[in-house]
Amino acid sequence: MSRVCVQQEDFDVSRELQAICDGRTDIGATVTFVGLVRDLNLDDSVSAMTLQHYPGMTEKALHKIVSEASQRWEVQDATVIHRVGELSPSDQIVLVCIASSHRQDAFDACSFIMDYLKTRAPFWKKEMLKDGSSRWVDARESDDHAADRWKE
Amino acid sequence: MATILYFARLGEQLKTSSEQISLDDMSTVRLLVDHLQDRGEPWSSEFESGRVLVAVNQEMSGFDSHIKESDEIAFFPPVTGG
Repeated sequence: MSRVCVQQEDFDVSRELQAICDGRTDIGATVTFVGLVRDLNLDDSVSAMTLQHYPGMTEKALHKIVSEASQRWEVQDATVIHRVGELSPSDQIVLVCIASSHRQDAFDACSFIMDYLKTRAPFWKKEMLKDGSSRWVDARESDDHAADRWKE
Repeated sequence: MATILYFARLGEQLKTSSEQISLDDMSTVRLLVDHLQDRGEPWSSEFESGRVLVAVNQEMSGFDSHIKESDEIAFFPPVTGG
């Protein structure tokens, strides 16, 4: 059981959490991660952000990451929502919500999904700066290192 | 014909987001990239950077991957979601 969604619209964290837990009594822990748009990157003031993605491949890549997490940890349910299009500072970008019977599985699965999402799911951020210019965000080596720590 | 897609900064630099190419005897991603680089600038330097990723039929692949007509081959910079 899992849900993956790529959408322009905002999401409601409590509603997504409710949807995962509704009618179940076997869930012992949920872990929820929400990523937000920051207004400062590399010392520049960011006024807005555009997220491009690869329709079709994005959904497949996210499903694959969730399925890999489910093989490594006990995941009873998972929801991943990633927004695309125009976003502003403080907007929610990404949600990962994991339900498990044990907290450590929920924490690890959530962390793993975010680390893999950041290095394997085809999204690209473009920042609009306050001076009117724009730039594509460069991939960070630290994200590769974060993903590498899950390699067996 | 194969469908070739270019995303994000790469698509902007190349001023195109998609095209159809007859692969003929280009049996690997590497041979297709050689062909694209033969177009001159900005193609040659964009693919020279070593920071271009490839997906074949929406699966992350390598430059040695085999390709055929009807495949969807996408080139893009390292991803920056999340």
